[in-house]
Amino acid sequence: MKFVKYILTGILFGIIMTKSEAVSWYRIQEMFRFQSFHMYGIIGTAVLLGIIAVWLIKKFKAKDIAGKPITFHDKDKAYIKYILGGTIFGLGWALTGACPGPIFVNLGSGYAGMAIVILGALLGTYIYGVIKNKLPH
Amino acid sequence: MIDLIKQPWPWYFSGIMIVLIMLILLFFGKSFGFSSNLRTMCTIAGAGKKVKFFDFNWKDQVWNLMFLIGSVIGGFIATNYLSNPAPVKLSAATVADLNQLGVKFDGGLNPNSLFSLAALKDIKTLIILLVGGLLVGFGSRYAGGCTSGHAISGLSNLQLPSLVAVIGFFIGGLVMTYLIMPFIF
Repeated sequence: MKFVKYILTGILFGIIMTKSEAVSWYRIQEMFRFQSFHMYGIIGTAVLLGIIAVWLIKKFKAKDIAGKPITFHDKDKAYIKYILGGTIFGLGWALTGACPGPIFVNLGSGYAGMAIVILGALLGTYIYGVIKNKLPH
Repeated sequence: MIDLIKQPWPWYFSGIMIVLIMLILLFFGKSFGFSSNLRTMCTIAGAGKKVKFFDFNWKDQVWNLMFLIGSVIGGFIATNYLSNPAPVKLSAATVADLNQLGVKFDGGLNPNSLFSLAALKDIKTLIILLVGGLLVGFGSRYAGGCTSGHAISGLSNLQLPSLVAVIGFFIGGLVMTYLIMPFIF
């Protein structure tokens, strides 16, 4: 039962992403061609409000459902992996029009081809795990 | 009311709701990051026996898999019960550019010429989807996160590494859009 709330949150996420067209291959193409404000509006609003929300959580030492203080983890201070990994991710994002979340949301919408993208993403994740120690981080 | 729901939702509402989802997960004591699920799925499939990176206690990530299952259900609900058949209001410039690329705008969220079951008969399409997925999976793990983990969670927490990753997302996206896609479509 304790997992129901995560399923419900996921359902909300899937609906929001679909209804705002953030899962659209076309919208991602439009974004990378700078031909509409739509995607920038979504990400910009989220980041701006997110910054305020995180600041408030820290300022008021907000607690989670279990009564523990909400904590944030700093990302490692290495930069090669972020720029190289990010660039590789971006290549795939533009090609498939989907980041990991939308790939699964779109599968639910009935786009069968997303199953192949998921297969590729799992394979890519596996390859990273195998050659991780040989890569510059 | 139902008509209002069935229309596409505006970007600002979406932005607000994405932050709400991040906050709900924080309130549950978790953090919003979708691509970790790909690693978890590899581990469940047994990858941890051979590769150390996948040797971790995946049971701590079951909540995230539940979120993933929810997101699939959410896509199903939104498309089948909460949508009208009106085409996506894509900008005319994008429609023209994609036309030139050989991808016809069919009005849906994603081109059926790439993502429908029938499109999978084409070996070139299969390769595009598989390689695209591979880049997404490899890149997000290498960068330690995807759009949710870096662009939303990371930037909200003013993490410089996340900004570097997001700059990478755009470098890759622009290279693919302008330099590579004209040769593969």
